[in-house]
Amino acid sequence: MSTTTSTLPPEFQDNMESIRIMGFWIFLTTDLVLFGSLFAVYVVFRSLVGLGPTPHQLFVIGPVLTETLILLTSSFTCSLSLYSARINRVPGAIAWLIVTLGLGMSFVLLEIHEFASDVLNGHTWHQSAFLSAFFTLVGTHGGHVSVGVGWAIMLAIQIGLKGLTLTTRRKLYAFALYWHFLDIVWIFIFTVVYLSGIA
Amino acid sequence: MPIQRWTLHLLRLLFPPQVLLPDIVAIDIGLTVAVIVIGVYLTRTRRWGWLWHEWITTVDHKKIGIMYLIAALIMLFRGGVDALMIRSQLIAPNAHFMGAQQYDEVFTTHGTVMIFFMAMPMVFALFNATVPLMIGARDVAFPRLNAISFWLFAFGAILLNMSFSIGGSPSAGWMSYPPYSELLYNPGVGENYFLLSLQVAGIGTIATGINFLVTILRMRAPGMSLSKIPVFVWSALITSSLVLFAFPPLTVALGLTMLDRVFGASFFTIAHQGMPMMYVNLFWIFGHPEVYILVMPAFGVFSEVVPTFSRKPLFGYEAMVGSLLAISFLGYGTWVHHFFEMGAGPSVNVFFGLSTMLIAIPTGVKMFNWIFTMWGGRIRLTVPMLWQLAFIPTFVVGGATGIMLAAVPGDYQYHNSYFLIAHFHNVILGGTVFGMLSGMYYWWPKMFGWKLNQRQGTWAFALFVSGFWLTFMPQYFLGFEGMTRRMATYPAGLGWTTLNLWSTVGAFVMGAGFLVMVYNILWSRRYRDWDVTGDPWDGRTLEWSLPSPAPEYNFARIPMVQSRDEWWAMKQEGRTDEVKISATTVHPIHMPRNSAMPIMLAFAFFVGAIGLIFAWFWMAILGGLGVIAALAYGSFADYSEVEIDAKHVLQTEAQLGRVES
Repeated sequence: MSTTTSTLPPEFQDNMESIRIMGFWIFLTTDLVLFGSLFAVYVVFRSLVGLGPTPHQLFVIGPVLTETLILLTSSFTCSLSLYSARINRVPGAIAWLIVTLGLGMSFVLLEIHEFASDVLNGHTWHQSAFLSAFFTLVGTHGGHVSVGVGWAIMLAIQIGLKGLTLTTRRKLYAFALYWHFLDIVWIFIFTVVYLSGIA
Repeated sequence: MPIQRWTLHLLRLLFPPQVLLPDIVAIDIGLTVAVIVIGVYLTRTRRWGWLWHEWITTVDHKKIGIMYLIAALIMLFRGGVDALMIRSQLIAPNAHFMGAQQYDEVFTTHGTVMIFFMAMPMVFALFNATVPLMIGARDVAFPRLNAISFWLFAFGAILLNMSFSIGGSPSAGWMSYPPYSELLYNPGVGENYFLLSLQVAGIGTIATGINFLVTILRMRAPGMSLSKIPVFVWSALITSSLVLFAFPPLTVALGLTMLDRVFGASFFTIAHQGMPMMYVNLFWIFGHPEVYILVMPAFGVFSEVVPTFSRKPLFGYEAMVGSLLAISFLGYGTWVHHFFEMGAGPSVNVFFGLSTMLIAIPTGVKMFNWIFTMWGGRIRLTVPMLWQLAFIPTFVVGGATGIMLAAVPGDYQYHNSYFLIAHFHNVILGGTVFGMLSGMYYWWPKMFGWKLNQRQGTWAFALFVSGFWLTFMPQYFLGFEGMTRRMATYPAGLGWTTLNLWSTVGAFVMGAGFLVMVYNILWSRRYRDWDVTGDPWDGRTLEWSLPSPAPEYNFARIPMVQSRDEWWAMKQEGRTDEVKISATTVHPIHMPRNSAMPIMLAFAFFVGAIGLIFAWFWMAILGGLGVIAALAYGSFADYSEVEIDAKHVLQTEAQLGRVES
């Protein structure tokens, strides 16, 4: 038993912390069902355009591709932060966390820009069921990313104040799970919403 | 005079004509007086500090369980009064005791309160009170989250109950189907109250689901494998996982309706190609598993009550667990049976009709297993057992009429008639409520340390159950006679008059049963019959190995579990001294510290919800900031524990006579 556990990272060796990580995994399943429901709504509603634009008329691939690349890169830097924590480098962990949240912020800003230009062109979500579903699905993901950015800021401060304790390690791990989860959801949004919309 | 105009506008918003009816104003005055009296009483007896330290900031699962139970009983009263108002209106043809609008509000709040604010907290009360004790744990996995769940539920309940005196009650039924729930047909803030109160309570429910799933999977005493946990704990495990997959679609359904109403989206409006049936699908993807969320814990309670009062181990443990799993799995594939009339075509309807009928098989297995457990046992007719015995015929009738409703062509005939009303009251009251009351009487001594009087309990039972049959049997026939649900009144000469009269008489008998139950509780509290043994029923599972009520740390010594009915096995094998400690074996115990963060967080949600209900966005933002602040406060404050030192543990246990000499 002891030989196998010693290779585990500290946050898994402590029983209470590993229970909390399990709790977070289960929270993510509920979030997955939430997104699943929103995807179902979107897939049904995407042809219900009313007098508004069709997906093909609405989407511009350039900025969305940039957003995708930014978010994928941020997933990588998030892992680097976790890796730095595993090899006990506090500055590295904080620095990569800051890079991650910076990338997250620019993702959110690009998305806000996309939404704002849609609305300025008169395509509010009042216009059609499709637009309602589109803004809600993509906006819920964007909202999650924004929450993640806020979380990362507090986490960076906390690691700075307290160092890499068992608790901050577990929190960093949970944040990484959350961030990768959002990345996966985005890949589905990119495919189901944007790519199949433009095609 | 802009200020004057603004004040007038505010007053009209807060107090529209529908909340100025004389009966509502009378209730408002009564409530205000009650709050003042309670406040004065607490100040006079200097109990504010006690209330804050012992209850409001507690993270102890046993106290949270008690708070859930009290809240559930209060809500049972409220929902029950709604039911009596409905039945009073229908006692005779052409009765106008209430106007149509008020009638709609009353049946909406009756359904919403009973499902979300009575049945759910009743289930969580029993989970909290017993699950950690049954698995040999000192608390749940996330004690502070548990308190957050409770306070979110409590503020959700306050929101819904506020609506009838401030702003107006929702009136679109407990399912709130669009387009009627949309702004165009349902102006005012009532519907917003419905959406936001359920949203706030729903977040708490999801958190409870996560909490108990992790608790049962990870916090069991050594030796207690999943094949040894009591069936009630299995039911809690399965219920929790059902919550995880059922509640997010509800969150989405409610959220999208709110976006339509408050932020002008076009999901379910007829204009702009919105699609109301989407809401109906999402709602029932939640709603059907929800009925199993409500009834599984009742199955769990009966699986504890029957073996205890038959002095036999449960017949077919594996089949009981397997059937719970089967029901929970099938329960996700049946949601369309709530709206066969959608027009999805025969093949879809047949699939959902068949999957619904399939559920009868595992449910039948459970019925037979309870009966086989009783077979040849030494049965004691205590109050919990009486509720179980009443449950069996009631639930069989409810299940059989469910099969009738699942038959698609038949359903076209009696859909949304009183036949349906009778059916679901038959299963939800006869299943969940009978089960929860059985569990309440069963675990009451463990929760409070004293027993409920048996004779009064039997009277309450007899009145409630006979009132129940008298209320709902006539409703099946009313359905056949063509009476549809939600009719505010009906003309004479349709053959409905006598049946409705009997139904109303039954409802009042049931109400009398509830009053006797309250009397039973108050009387038993006045003349307390203390449970000094900790094992008043000669129980089988681990919670009965503890004193009543259990000390704050539950187990001074975590048991090493060897068999399924561990406490029974201990008693049979003369190992009961295993629960005792001595000066050499005692250890200090770490327990989570009380926290004010849960109620602060829930209050912030409450403020934000009010902001959204009245579309005061500054207030919604304020609430959102409050949520962030509470979360940050909770995260930066170290998750602190208190140490109860060994001497204190030894002292407490010695007083309870649980120290080896």
